[in-house]
Amino acid sequence: MPNNRNSLRATVAMAMLALALPAAATPDTNDWQSIVAEAEGQTVYWNAWAGEERINTYISWVAQQVDARYGVELVHVKLGDTSEAVSRVLAEKQAGNDERGSVDMIWINGENFAAMKANGLLFGPWAEAMPYYPLTDPDNTPAVRYDWTIPVDGLESPWSSSQVVFYYDTALVENHPNNMAELLEWATLNPGEFTYPQVPNFLGNAFITQAMLELSDNTELFYEPMQEEDFDTATAALWEFLDELHPHLWRSGRAFPSNSADLRSLMGDSEISIALSFSATEASGAIANYELPDTVRSYVHDSGMIGNMSFMAIPYNAQHKAGAMVVANYLMSPEAQAEKQDPKVWGSGTILAMDMLSPEERALFDDIDLGIATLPPSELGELLGQPHPSWVDAIAEAWQTRYVN
Amino acid sequence: MLLRLAPWVMIALLTAPLAAGLLMVLLPAFGYLPVLGGDTFHLEAWQALWARAGLHRSILLSYFSGLITTLVALFIVVLFLAANQGTWLDRAIRRMVSPLLAIPHAAVAFGLAFLIAPSGLLVRWLSPGLTGWERPPDLLIVNDPLGLALMAGLVLKEVPFLLLMSLAALAQLHPERRVTLARSLGYAPGIAWLKCVFPALYPLIRLPVYAVIAYATSVVDMALILGPTLPPTLSVSIITWFNDPDLNRRFMASAGAVLQLGVTLAALLTWWLGEQAVKHLSQRWLVSGSRLSGSAAIAFGGRALLSTVTLLAISALAGLTLFSVAGFWRFPDALPGTFTLDHWQRILPSVTTPLINTLSIGLTATMIAAFLVVATLEHAARHHLPARRAQWLLYLPLIVPQVAFLFGLVVAAESVGIRPQHALVVAAHLLFVVPYLYLSLSEAYRRLDPRWVQVALSLGVPPWRAFWQIRLPLLLAPLLTACAVSLAVSIGQYLPTLLLGGGRVPTITTEAVAMASGGNRRLIAVLALLQALLPFIGFSLALLIPRLVWAKRRQMRGAA
Repeated sequence: MPNNRNSLRATVAMAMLALALPAAATPDTNDWQSIVAEAEGQTVYWNAWAGEERINTYISWVAQQVDARYGVELVHVKLGDTSEAVSRVLAEKQAGNDERGSVDMIWINGENFAAMKANGLLFGPWAEAMPYYPLTDPDNTPAVRYDWTIPVDGLESPWSSSQVVFYYDTALVENHPNNMAELLEWATLNPGEFTYPQVPNFLGNAFITQAMLELSDNTELFYEPMQEEDFDTATAALWEFLDELHPHLWRSGRAFPSNSADLRSLMGDSEISIALSFSATEASGAIANYELPDTVRSYVHDSGMIGNMSFMAIPYNAQHKAGAMVVANYLMSPEAQAEKQDPKVWGSGTILAMDMLSPEERALFDDIDLGIATLPPSELGELLGQPHPSWVDAIAEAWQTRYVN
Repeated sequence: MLLRLAPWVMIALLTAPLAAGLLMVLLPAFGYLPVLGGDTFHLEAWQALWARAGLHRSILLSYFSGLITTLVALFIVVLFLAANQGTWLDRAIRRMVSPLLAIPHAAVAFGLAFLIAPSGLLVRWLSPGLTGWERPPDLLIVNDPLGLALMAGLVLKEVPFLLLMSLAALAQLHPERRVTLARSLGYAPGIAWLKCVFPALYPLIRLPVYAVIAYATSVVDMALILGPTLPPTLSVSIITWFNDPDLNRRFMASAGAVLQLGVTLAALLTWWLGEQAVKHLSQRWLVSGSRLSGSAAIAFGGRALLSTVTLLAISALAGLTLFSVAGFWRFPDALPGTFTLDHWQRILPSVTTPLINTLSIGLTATMIAAFLVVATLEHAARHHLPARRAQWLLYLPLIVPQVAFLFGLVVAAESVGIRPQHALVVAAHLLFVVPYLYLSLSEAYRRLDPRWVQVALSLGVPPWRAFWQIRLPLLLAPLLTACAVSLAVSIGQYLPTLLLGGGRVPTITTEAVAMASGGNRRLIAVLALLQALLPFIGFSLALLIPRLVWAKRRQMRGAA
């Protein structure tokens, strides 16, 4: 009998051990060597928007690199919209799948990050323990620690920086506007030749946010959570501007393109002659892709343009967290960042601080040919931070109420 | 024994996931979704929904565009069939229409948008010579507030579908005999068809017509490209809310999905009432004995309309093909300045796996669905069972917005520990493939003259042999057509493939939709053409096989 009881106990213990094993699979984020060891042989499912062939090509290049260096197999799950990955994580959480989630890593923007963080859908903190993270000079770069003013808290690692730029066809426009007031004046003289994506598309939001910042005397307000009583006075100038602008837009403001790609097509078809983008190199890339005429150039407003960083996040229930961290870390390496910044590859802005790099690493960036329609970093002007999401949500809501119907 | 189980297996296969899915729409619509902190029931989501700017307009757009599209498409098909004299011209038009079914909805939408836009193909061909336009005119054609462009796009896709369904059903009605008889009584041919064939045909294509209504009221991809934007149709609004980064929007989105279900049902009810009214009002006309009026107009109108539809669709496709090899193409040039194979070369290396996945999933789902549907119908035929009321359950997957109910499906699969994999994707596709296969086949099956099989049985042939040697061969044409439709349906699935496959089962459609989100027209064109390839082969086989098998039996070829 005692024997039996012992073997029973052993069985129970083993069963408990078996149950405990998946939990033990959560890696210790401070032990890089063990992360790398654990990552080897893992397959990482990276959920990333796949609407741009150049980005997809870059991601397959990354897959080759991490396979050769770390033995991690990287699979690009091609999404039409990031929210599809969020849906998947949400459904898994609902079903109680807390350890074997099918999404290992998400390319994420500020709004999705804020929502996933608020709902406890993210793994971490892990990002600040990554070996390449210090190269972003986080102590002097608020954009690395605050995503749309929401504290990052190590729940995501920076990947790309982007700034809104305007682009215009020099064959059709002689002097481009330099601020919102001049844009309004130009649009009045050239009716139907400018438009922006329909709010709440993120580029549409960016345009009205930019206008809100440019037209306001007191922008500090916008970087705090919005107070209901401030809304009307703080945004009055914005609505006055948009009310005046809309009748002079493409299709007299009775329809809007749905996203930046639509906007680019309108430009390619000569329907409009000024457009905007969230990527400084979009115009050069589109010329190379035959989408835009080679007479297109970029410009920014005098007061600076808003911009932000996009990040890598790991869902709380990802099955291959170690592999995901290894990939996210590699994405921050000077080598991967320089490759990404090359317009012939993708042309997306780096998140690394140049003065943190060694001369050899800096040389990787200096040698890049930016392309004819791309402004060099020195001409991009001041980077305006994204206001608090509560402001952007509120003006996007108010836009709907004013202009729909 | 097996046969008796088939209807139940089919119902269970569809209703269990459906119930899970529907529950996951209903609960959040009333405030309950614990993962997002919703653990009490309330009506806030509905209040938020009603407060949306433009909601009423969205509802009206969805409702009317669904009904008008169906009416116009049915009108064109009926007029053409009435005008059809079996001349080579009629046959040629008919043959050109069928391949159009294979082109994905989104591709037709892109093609049409590029055709009719102020900077589109038509204006480019006319400018600046005829119009004097050096720049595209600022006209709101695509995305017009009344949804006319959207309806035009839907008509282009629904006409071939209804025509194919009608042709498959007509084979057993012996229209020539009916028309000949009526003509011998002095009726003009078009009128003869309308009075003697159509009343018998309509009941056979009624379910496909209902499917068209359901589809047209809730379509997303076409409405995104062609539909109005301020506000968009209800279905597009719902998708926007579901995709909103603010996860709390999902409560309102769920309420919207329930509302969408209501709008679709309202449209179906309206149509049904219309049917009753037409039935009632047309009785006198049917027996009035008037023999001539309007036959010439029918003959001309039917051919002209169907030819227009065909030409538009083919021009849209031609535009896509041009774009797939176009360099930069400045307005108003009639042709691209340079041609290049760049776009094809960039896409082709990465499509082998997606193509194989697409084909294996589509064929598996179609075979399982065909087996279930045929077994169910055979069971009903042998026991002379009337159409079940429960068959309405089959159509729910077609009217509930996918994004809402798939979320519940993922939760359900995860809850019972089924990991994302090929088999799960096949199971999800079955939800959409089975209804289409059923509605494509059931009427033809049910209306097959029972005397054929009775004769066989009375000669001592066992039921199984009667099934294999009599019924199936007689139903070859409609069965193959139904399989081709369901293969096309499976190939077109995006969200079920992505969500239930956990992103691990890439198909040509997931690649195409992801690429479409980037808006590079040239690469979209390449993927859309690739996406159309497989269903095109399917439809071609469905038309070709009966012609080969029944080379010496003209009456049995069905849809030619």
